[in-house]
Amino acid sequence: MWLSDETVGRLQQIGTEPDLAGTKYRPVRELARGGMGTVWIAHDEELDREVALKVLRPELSTPEAAARMVREAKIVAALEHPGIIPVHDVGSLRDGRVFYAMKLVRGTTLEQFRESGPTRAEALRAFVRICEAVAFAHAHGVVHRDLKPGNVMVGPFGEVLVVDWGVAKLLRDAPQTISPSPPHDEHQTRDGTVVGTPGYMAPEQERGEISLVDERSDVFALGAILRFLLGEAPAPPPLASILGRAMHAQPESRYPGASTLADDVVRFLDGLPVSAHRESHLERLARWATRHRTLLSLIAAYLMARFLVFLWIDR
Amino acid sequence: MNKPLLGLLLGGILGVFDGLTAWFTPEVRPFIIGIVIGSTFKGMIAGVAAGWFARKVHSVPAGIVFGFAVGLLLAFAVAAMPSETGEHYYFEIMLPGSVLGAVVGWATQKYGQPAAAAQAA
Repeated sequence: MWLSDETVGRLQQIGTEPDLAGTKYRPVRELARGGMGTVWIAHDEELDREVALKVLRPELSTPEAAARMVREAKIVAALEHPGIIPVHDVGSLRDGRVFYAMKLVRGTTLEQFRESGPTRAEALRAFVRICEAVAFAHAHGVVHRDLKPGNVMVGPFGEVLVVDWGVAKLLRDAPQTISPSPPHDEHQTRDGTVVGTPGYMAPEQERGEISLVDERSDVFALGAILRFLLGEAPAPPPLASILGRAMHAQPESRYPGASTLADDVVRFLDGLPVSAHRESHLERLARWATRHRTLLSLIAAYLMARFLVFLWIDR
Repeated sequence: MNKPLLGLLLGGILGVFDGLTAWFTPEVRPFIIGIVIGSTFKGMIAGVAAGWFARKVHSVPAGIVFGFAVGLLLAFAVAAMPSETGEHYYFEIMLPGSVLGAVVGWATQKYGQPAAAAQAA
């Protein structure tokens, strides 16, 4: 018996579809696959809306993985910020697999955003919004540990959402509301485990020095994201210095947190000196002239007017 | 400092310097004090007008255009008055005067406290 490609595809989808019977969700289609779970677009039958449903992959369905998934859901649910995807619900399927429902973001990844050709200012403004979300998480004692363009979504109105907090680390000073099993989180990654994405993870993460991973490791990844957003074109010296400080091999030489990194980028956008860069007199003059180009143009226009008047009188 | 006050001071200062440039024209040098006083008043009026406009409209291009127009109008009013020799200096007064108005229009948009902040303070 011959089956059409469409039929084969449908059968494959049914085979991988999570059994959501007993929940208020109905699977629509698969959206993405991550290391721990598969994200499905599902329809919330009660509220009549579509949500993103992250379901633990069947082959990873162990009590440890399930606990990790619940921990991720709790961490994200505690981080109520416009730049962090909100979690609506958490539960388990009939086969015991854990899932959680979150807002369905209809946007693009940061990779697609860059391909759309934003101006440098637009890219930097988006970057600042990423930093603000990460800084909020840091303030609540959470380090993302896997920041990369694929984990940042850009919405249709320019809103930026940091997603996939599956390998997030709780710092010792995390508030009790976030800590899933205080006082000791038994699901924390052990030293020697490499967590992150090559090209975006900090040197201490690459070496598996988990105990050294803190806010500054995320700052390194943010620097790598900034480098990604800026592309191949050479960055102006202040921006290159910001990159250099954010991605410094030594954590103590980096920005202490995402908010200070964002502050420097905002200062650059506003034409102000940045903390990472000691500028020469010539650079300072050029920055001042750029910042006050309208005034300089008006002064030049006045001097030109005066010069024309003198020529007129002497004719 | 509120925007009309900023416009008044800046317009006055720029008006003084604009008036002093008459010193480079020997034939009007004897009348320089009158020219400087007139130019200062013209600058102050343009500055207050630009400051008032900046409180109402928050737009740098609009501020520049408004300042230019007010500067041009006031300079025309001054130039329309004949000099002691009976001559009119339309071009010599209106061209720099309008550009100075534009400078004050820009400055009052960029600097000075907006109305709400000034009231709160």
